[in-house]
Amino acid sequence: MHPLLISAYTATSCLGRGLEPLRDAMLAGRSGLKPCDFETVSLQTWIGEVAGTNDERLPAELARFDCRNNRLAQLGLLQDGFADAVRAAISRHGADRIGVFLGTSTSGILETELAYRRRSPDTGALPADFNYAGTHNTFSLADFVQNWFGLKGPAVVVSSACSSSAKVFASAARMIASGLIDAALVGGVDSLCLTTLYGFNSLELTSRQACRPFDRARDGISIGEGAAFALLEPAPHALPPDAVLLLGYGESSDAYHMSSPHPEGRGARQAMDAALTRAGLAAPDIDYINLHGTATPSNDAAEGKAVKGLFGSATPCSSTKGATGHTLGAAGGIEAVIAALAIRDGFIPAGAGTTAPEEGLDYVLATRRQPVRRVISNSFGFGGTNCSLILGSPA
Amino acid sequence: MTNPPAAWIRSIGLIGPGMSDWPACAAILQGHAAWNPEKTVLNAPDRLPPAERRRAVRVVKLALGVGLQATTAAGVDPSGLATVFSASGGDGGNCHQICETLASDDRQISPTRFHNSVHNAAAGYWGIATGATAASAVLCAYDGSFGAGLLETLAQVQVEREPCLLLAYDADYPEPLRSTRPIPDAFGVALLLTPEREADSCGRLAASLTDAPADTLADSGLESLRCAIPAARSLPLLAAIAGRRTGRIVLDYLDHARLAVDYAT
Repeated sequence: MHPLLISAYTATSCLGRGLEPLRDAMLAGRSGLKPCDFETVSLQTWIGEVAGTNDERLPAELARFDCRNNRLAQLGLLQDGFADAVRAAISRHGADRIGVFLGTSTSGILETELAYRRRSPDTGALPADFNYAGTHNTFSLADFVQNWFGLKGPAVVVSSACSSSAKVFASAARMIASGLIDAALVGGVDSLCLTTLYGFNSLELTSRQACRPFDRARDGISIGEGAAFALLEPAPHALPPDAVLLLGYGESSDAYHMSSPHPEGRGARQAMDAALTRAGLAAPDIDYINLHGTATPSNDAAEGKAVKGLFGSATPCSSTKGATGHTLGAAGGIEAVIAALAIRDGFIPAGAGTTAPEEGLDYVLATRRQPVRRVISNSFGFGGTNCSLILGSPA
Repeated sequence: MTNPPAAWIRSIGLIGPGMSDWPACAAILQGHAAWNPEKTVLNAPDRLPPAERRRAVRVVKLALGVGLQATTAAGVDPSGLATVFSASGGDGGNCHQICETLASDDRQISPTRFHNSVHNAAAGYWGIATGATAASAVLCAYDGSFGAGLLETLAQVQVEREPCLLLAYDADYPEPLRSTRPIPDAFGVALLLTPEREADSCGRLAASLTDAPADTLADSGLESLRCAIPAARSLPLLAAIAGRRTGRIVLDYLDHARLAVDYAT
């Protein structure tokens, strides 16, 4: 594929708002996880919460979109000059030539969960102030962001669970290649809610402590929340040395089970292979693998087999979910931003939380300062929908 | 600007109120058969293993039903196909059960309910039923979900130069959600699109955004169906295909834009 320039990017997670605290935490190997104290949730688990999300106020004309997920989206858009970069892109390309492609798994479903506590005792009706389309509906995120900027092009939400905001890069790249748009606002936002906290608990997939991806003693995920955004445009001929490009994407489906990965990592291998092929690269060209690494016993075992099969044991790898938590539909976007930072600033981030990693991989326990030219970032969704992205510096 | 993304239609699958398959729908759209809007009948396909058959919720049965109709009509093995799933929401009944449980004193939701709640549930079951390991996009654009799915599918076919199966589907919500999202019944449509013309192609589609208003249907009952279920926003296009009426069809898409679909044979 023709590489695309990631001309602006930002991420907000439990590590803080914007790139600087994310970078600092990656360099220090610091985690932002804490014991769960979200809403009225009573579960023995840890979470990655974005402080101050509920204090964010949406513009009055967008009040119909008011929910935790869109507050977090706005909080994310306001960091690192990202909103200004989008406005500059609008003046370059036109509002109707920029598409919006965002990932989320649960959107604003928390609003519905709370509204169900306020049903009419007589009729069972939901409260009159509940707005389904603006909050709960999966599209609400892209609708909100498109209205926030006054964008007039195509807009869509990708919702394939934990691969959502990786797959938006693929959808956007195709639509740019098709000529329908000139640039794309991509990313993902997912926020804490009861459905995922109690749902993953029901599957016995949450850890009672901070998650430990790829650790031999790992025992489940820590759910986090976050917002990540990036602006994709065709790469111009002259690129600054710190430019970060999208070089490839690869997608696959497990066709195996709704809540367990294929035990041999078949879908994971297929997605990574496809990304390398599309980028015109081979496994030795990759300097760092940002693993999906959820810290469930089955995911990390399957992904480890796929990585070993394709890369052998020499390519440095880590999962950054020990630092951010598993931000589900935002994870692919946040980890693409981590990949961009690793390339821009030259480091391989430590896998926070892990002390005794599985053998047979170069699993990074302490952050390494070294030039990084190309990163593959894995995102494998619940339901078996997989995506790998390759980001790199200009050749 | 380059030409808008385009692809050839190889086959169609359809399930809706009083419409058990695409030939039945096509006859109704052409006025060759009367429409009796009886409640949509949904069955879990035999291709699913018994455990998944038991667990399949309405949107899953609907999506798999229309998808398998389309691949069967074309005589294509679904295991090799890339797919685009587009729906305005997840399974309403399943969502209601989860929200009711979470608002109760005992919040322990069942694992099956949770895995059925993800927007890509139908894509996951499709993979299990067909063995398809190719890319699968899973989209939502509220009432414009059919349009968003069609754009994604056309872009995929144009860029990847491979066939791609679009599955657009929506099912009803129970109360109290139905009052805020009044989708009355289930409707789904599948289009198998190919980069090149095949012997059995039934026309070519190209799509772009437009400010023009969406086309409506002359029959008031069918027009109500079009407005009531997001996936049925496809009906003006399906009517054109059924009658081989070439030209431009305008479909509902987003608040600020419609989709102009140029249909040629």
